[in-house]
Amino acid sequence: MNRLSRFNIVSLVFGFAFLYIPILLLVIYSFNASRLVTVWGGFSTRWYVSLFQNQQLIDAAWVTFRVAFLSASVATVLGTLAAIALTRYTRFHGRILFTGMVFAPLVMPEVITGLSLLLLFVAIGLERGFMTITLAHITFSMCFVAVVVQSRLLSFDRSLEEAAQDLGATPARTFFSVTLPVILPAIVAGWMLAFTLSLDDLVIASFTSGPGATTLPMRIYSQVRLGVTPEINAVSTILIGVVGVGVIIASLVNKRRDVQRRRDEQVAAQG
Amino acid sequence: MNRLAAAIASRAAIIVPYLWLLVFFLVPFLIVFKISLSFTAISMPPYTPTFDLSEGWAAFTESLSELSFENYLWLRDDALYFNAYLTSVGIAAVSTFLALLIGYPMAYAMARAPDSLRPLLLMLVILPFWTSFLIRVYAWIGILKPEGLLNQFLLWLGIIDAPLIITGTYAAIYIGIVYSYLPFMVLPLYATLEKMDFSLIEAAQDLGSTPAGAFWKITVPLSVPGIVAGCMLVFIPAVGEFVIPDLLGGSQTLMIGKTLWNEFFANRDWPVASAVAIVLLLVLVVPIMFFQQAQAKAQERDR
Repeated sequence: MNRLSRFNIVSLVFGFAFLYIPILLLVIYSFNASRLVTVWGGFSTRWYVSLFQNQQLIDAAWVTFRVAFLSASVATVLGTLAAIALTRYTRFHGRILFTGMVFAPLVMPEVITGLSLLLLFVAIGLERGFMTITLAHITFSMCFVAVVVQSRLLSFDRSLEEAAQDLGATPARTFFSVTLPVILPAIVAGWMLAFTLSLDDLVIASFTSGPGATTLPMRIYSQVRLGVTPEINAVSTILIGVVGVGVIIASLVNKRRDVQRRRDEQVAAQG
Repeated sequence: MNRLAAAIASRAAIIVPYLWLLVFFLVPFLIVFKISLSFTAISMPPYTPTFDLSEGWAAFTESLSELSFENYLWLRDDALYFNAYLTSVGIAAVSTFLALLIGYPMAYAMARAPDSLRPLLLMLVILPFWTSFLIRVYAWIGILKPEGLLNQFLLWLGIIDAPLIITGTYAAIYIGIVYSYLPFMVLPLYATLEKMDFSLIEAAQDLGSTPAGAFWKITVPLSVPGIVAGCMLVFIPAVGEFVIPDLLGGSQTLMIGKTLWNEFFANRDWPVASAVAIVLLLVLVVPIMFFQQAQAKAQERDR
C-alpha cells in the first residue's frame, strides 16, 4: 500500500520546489559579483567581506543575539513552569484566565502584541531599548515553550513519579531526577523555538525598541525598504546556514537518542 | 518541612508565569483598550487620557461618563478602515484556500510515503519554518520584481514579451502568504492523514467506489480536523500580517496590520491605532474560538 502514485510524487516535488527554490536562489545570488542583484556577474565573496566591515549590521547582530539568548532562557523557565501548572494543577483560582493567557499570544497578531507592550512601557515610564525588547520577547515566546513542553508532559507516564515517591524520594528529587530528564528534549526544543522566534522578530521589536537598540531584522527591513542590496543576501545566507545546521544537528541528536532508547528497552526486555 | 517546600514550589509554578502574563499580556491589553477611548493630542505620549486611576474612585466613575468613542466612530465613518478590514479578510481567505490546495496533496503524499522516507519529508517541511520569516519574504522580492528572476526566466523562454508586473499586486501578497504559512497548513493535515486507516479506501473501492468517490466520501471527511486546524493557522495570522503586504504588496494594498503600523509610526495617532487593534481582535475572535474548539476536540480524541 505504501506506493506513491505519480500524482503524489508530482505534488511533493512541486511543493518542495516552491518551498526551497526561493531560498536556494537567495543563497546563490549572495555569491554574485554584480551589484545588480538579479544579473549574474560571476562568483565572488565580496559581499561577505563588505558585510564584516559594516559596523551597523554587526552591532545589530550582536544586539539580536543577546536579546535572543536572554529572552529564550527566561522564556524557557517561565514556559516550563506554565506547562507544569497547566498539566499538573487542574484546579486553581483563575485557571481559565491562565489558560487563555497562555494560548492567546500564539494567535495574537504581532502588531497588537507590539502595540500593547509599547503602551505598557510608556505607561510605567520604562526607558525603551534592549530591556524592553527582551521583556516583550520573553512574553510571547514563553507561550510557545509552554505548548511544546505541555504536549510532552501530557504523554508522560506519571506512575514513574509515583514509584520514585513510594521509594522515598522527595518531591524536589523526584522532579529533578525523574520528571526533568524525561521532558528535557521538549525543554531544549522549546528553547530553540524561543531563540529563533526572537532572532526573527521584526514587528514586536520595532514597537518596543528605542534609540540605541536596533535588532538585525529591523536593520535588514530598513535596508530592504531602501532597495535590495547584495549585502542583505549575504546576511540572509549566513542566518539560513546557522539555523539550518542547528536544526539538522538537533534532529540527528534526537534520532540517536531515540535509537539508543529503543536499544536499551530491548536489552531490558530480554534481560 | 519538605512538604512545605513542595507546596511553595507548586504554588510558584502557577504564580510566577501567572503574574508575568498578567503584567505583560493582560494589563497591556487593558491599556490599549483605555487609550482607544482617549483623545489624540500633540504631546508625548501623544494622547490625553480620558480617565486616571490616581484621582480616586469618584473621579474614575465620573470620567466613565465622558468616555470617548470618537476613535471608533472615526473608524466606522472613514471608508479607508472598513476597506482595510475587508481587504485583509479577503486576502487571508484566498491565501488560505490556495495554501490548502497546495498543502493537501503534499500532506496526503507524505502520509502515504514509505515509513523510511517520512521523517525526512517531515523535516523538509519543518526546516523553512525555522528559517527567518523576513528573509523568506525578502527572497521573493528578487524573484517577483519587474526585472526579477521570474520575469527574466519567462522572457528567456519566450512565454512573455514584456515583464509581468507582480510586485505591488494582490498576487504577490498571495504568493508571500502561501509561501510563508504553507508549513502551518501541511503539518496538521499530515498529522490527521497519517493516523487515517487507508484500508478504508481499499474497502470502498472493493465495494465499487471510484477513487475520486472514495476520496470525497472517506478521506476528506476523516481529515476535517486537520483541514480546520491548518486553515485557522494560516488564516488568523494572515489577517493581521504586516511584513508581507508591506514588502510585496506595495503602497496601494492596504491590509489592516499595515494600517495599524502607519497610524502608529507615520501618523503618530496612538488612540486610533489602539482602536484599530481592538476592532482587529474582534474580527479574529470568531476564528480563534473556532480553532480552540477544534484543538480541544483533537485533544479529546487523542486520549
